[in-house]
Amino acid sequence: MLAVHFPALQVVLPLLAAPVCVLLRGARLSWLAALSVSWAAFAIAALLLAEVLAGGPLSYALGGWAPPWGIEFRVDAPNAFVLLIVAGIGAIVTLYAPKSVAREVGEERAHLFYTAYLLCLAGLLGVTITGDAFNLFVFLEISSLSSYILISLGQDRRALYAAYQYLILGTIGATLYLIGVGLLYQATGTLNMVDLAQRLASLHDVRGVRVAFAFLAVGLSLKLALFPLHLWLPNAYTYAPSAVTAFLAATATKVAVYALLRFLFTVFGAEFSFSALPMGPPIAMLAVLAMFTASIVAIFQENIKRMLAYSSVAQIGYMMLGISLVTVEGLTASILHVFNHALMKGALFLAMGCIYYRISSVHIADFAGLAKRMPWTMAAFVGGGLSLIGVPLTAGFISKWYLVLAALDRDLWPVAALIVLSSLLAVIYVWRVVEQAYFRPPPPGHDTREEAPLALLIPTWMLVAANVYFGVHAGLTVRAAGRAAQTLLGGAP
Amino acid sequence: MTHHLVLRVIAKLLIPFIMLFGLYVQFHGDYGPGGGFQAGVIFASAFILYALVFGVEVARRVAPDWAVRTGIAVGSLLYGGTGLVAMLKGGNYLDYSVLSGDPVAGQHLGILVIELGVGITVASVMMAIFFGFARRGR
Repeated sequence: MLAVHFPALQVVLPLLAAPVCVLLRGARLSWLAALSVSWAAFAIAALLLAEVLAGGPLSYALGGWAPPWGIEFRVDAPNAFVLLIVAGIGAIVTLYAPKSVAREVGEERAHLFYTAYLLCLAGLLGVTITGDAFNLFVFLEISSLSSYILISLGQDRRALYAAYQYLILGTIGATLYLIGVGLLYQATGTLNMVDLAQRLASLHDVRGVRVAFAFLAVGLSLKLALFPLHLWLPNAYTYAPSAVTAFLAATATKVAVYALLRFLFTVFGAEFSFSALPMGPPIAMLAVLAMFTASIVAIFQENIKRMLAYSSVAQIGYMMLGISLVTVEGLTASILHVFNHALMKGALFLAMGCIYYRISSVHIADFAGLAKRMPWTMAAFVGGGLSLIGVPLTAGFISKWYLVLAALDRDLWPVAALIVLSSLLAVIYVWRVVEQAYFRPPPPGHDTREEAPLALLIPTWMLVAANVYFGVHAGLTVRAAGRAAQTLLGGAP
Repeated sequence: MTHHLVLRVIAKLLIPFIMLFGLYVQFHGDYGPGGGFQAGVIFASAFILYALVFGVEVARRVAPDWAVRTGIAVGSLLYGGTGLVAMLKGGNYLDYSVLSGDPVAGQHLGILVIELGVGITVASVMMAIFFGFARRGR
C-alpha cells in the first residue's frame, strides 16, 4: 500500500524533515533526522527505478486531482535515473556532513544547516519528479533559495559574495524559465508536460511558442551553467562549505540538465527542437567551447576547489555534446555522464573536504607532500581524478567511451577527436595536484601522518568505490540510461 | 518614554483589531477573498506595529526568537502533516476528500487546516524578517 505513495514520499520526506530539524535544535538529533530521511529517499529512488524499468512510467496525482488539471508526479526512465543519483549523493553527503559541518559551519548552526540541506534535496528531487511545468519552477526555487543559504555558510567571507552572485544569476535563470512557462500556458492553456507535448505538436509555427522555447532554453542553460553562462559556478563551488560543494556539484547542475532534456525532447519534441529550430549546432559549439576553455582555465587555478569547479563546466560540455547529437546513442552517453560525473565530482569534492578538515586550505602550494600526510585521502583524490580523466575501469571511461562511439556513429570524426583531446587537458590538471602531493617533500615539521577521520574517509571512499564499481559493472547504468534515451526520443512518455 | 503619547495610545487601540481582522481573513478565506498568506501578513503587522512604537526589545519579549522559529516550523508541518494524514486515510498525498466521511466536508476541513499552517508560517516568517533587519547594527 505504501509503495503506491513512493513518488510523493520521495519529495515529502525530506521536505517535512526540514522543519523537524528546526524544532529538534541539537546538531546530533537533526543530523540523525537528516540521515534517516536521506537514506529513506535513496531507498525509495532505487525502488522507483526498479519499478519503472520493469513496468513503465508511474503517475501520481497530488491531492487526488487527476492530471492535466492537478499536479502530477510522473516517474519514467529518465527521471527515475536522475532521482537515484540525486538521492544517492544526498545520502552519502549527509553521512559525511557532521564532522565537516562542525568544523566549517559550527555546531550551534548545524541544525539550520541540515534544514537548508534537506530543503535543497527536496527541491532537487521535486524538480526531477514533477510532471508539471509550473511545479518544476516552484521546486527549482526551493532548491535554489536553499542553496544560496548553504553557499553563504562558507567560512571565507567571499562566500557571501559568491552566494549573492549566484542569487542574481540564478534568479535571472528562474525568471526566464517562468516567462517561458507563461508563454506556453498562453499558447496551450495547460501546464502538464504530457498535455503540453500533445498540444504543442500542432503549434510549431506559432511565434509565442518559439519565443517560449528560447526563454526556457536560456533560463535552464543558466541554471545548468552552460558555457558562457557559467559565471556563477566557480565562485559558488569554491567558497561554499566542502559538504555543500560536493552535494551541489554532484546534483544541482545535473538536475538542470535533466530539466532541459525534458523540455527539448518531451515537451517540445526532438523534431521541433532540432529540425524546425536548428538547436544542434549551437549547442554542440558551446559544448566544445566549454570542454576546452574551462579545462584550460582549470589548468591555471591555484585553488583546487576552483580548479574542480572549472572542470565541472567542462564536463557539462560533454553532457551537452551528447544531447546535440540527437541520437539514442548520444543521449545515452549524456545521461550516463550525468550519473557518472556526479560520482566522480562527489568523490573529488569530498576528498577536498577531508583535506580542508586537516590543513584548512585547498591551495595547491599547501599540497606539497600531502600524500605522505594523508595517504588515504590522496588515494581517493587519485581515484576520482582517474575517473574524471576517463581511464578504463572507472565510471568516467564508460560515459566518454559511449560519447565517442555516439560521435563516430554520426561520422563526426573531428568531434570524437576533440573529446579525446580535451580529456588530455584533464590529465594535465589532475596531474598537477598528483605531482605536488606525491613528488614534493612535505614542509618541514609536517611529515607525520595526519589522516582525515574515518567519518569523513568512509563516505569519500564509498563514492570512489562507486566510480570503480560502475566502471566495471556498467550494465545497470548503461541499460537505465539507454532506456531513458529511448523514452526521451520516443516522444511523450 | 512618555513622548509620542498619541501614537502609543492609538497603536494599543489598533493592535487587537488588526489581529482580529487577521483572524477574520484567515478563517473566512474559504468563502471570501483571503487565506493564510494574507492573514499571516496582517497578523504579523500587528507585532511589527508594536515593535515600531514600543521598541524592538519589548516586542521581542512578546515574540521571542524561539517562538518565532517554532512557528515557522510548526506551520509548515501542519500543512505537510495534513497531507500525510490524508495518505494514512487511504487517499493520495493532500487529498482532503478522505479526511472526513463526506468528501465535501473533508475538502472543507483540509483547506482550513492547511491555510492555518500557511498563516502561522507566514506570520512567523514576516516577524523573523522584521526582527532580523531591526536587530542589525545593534
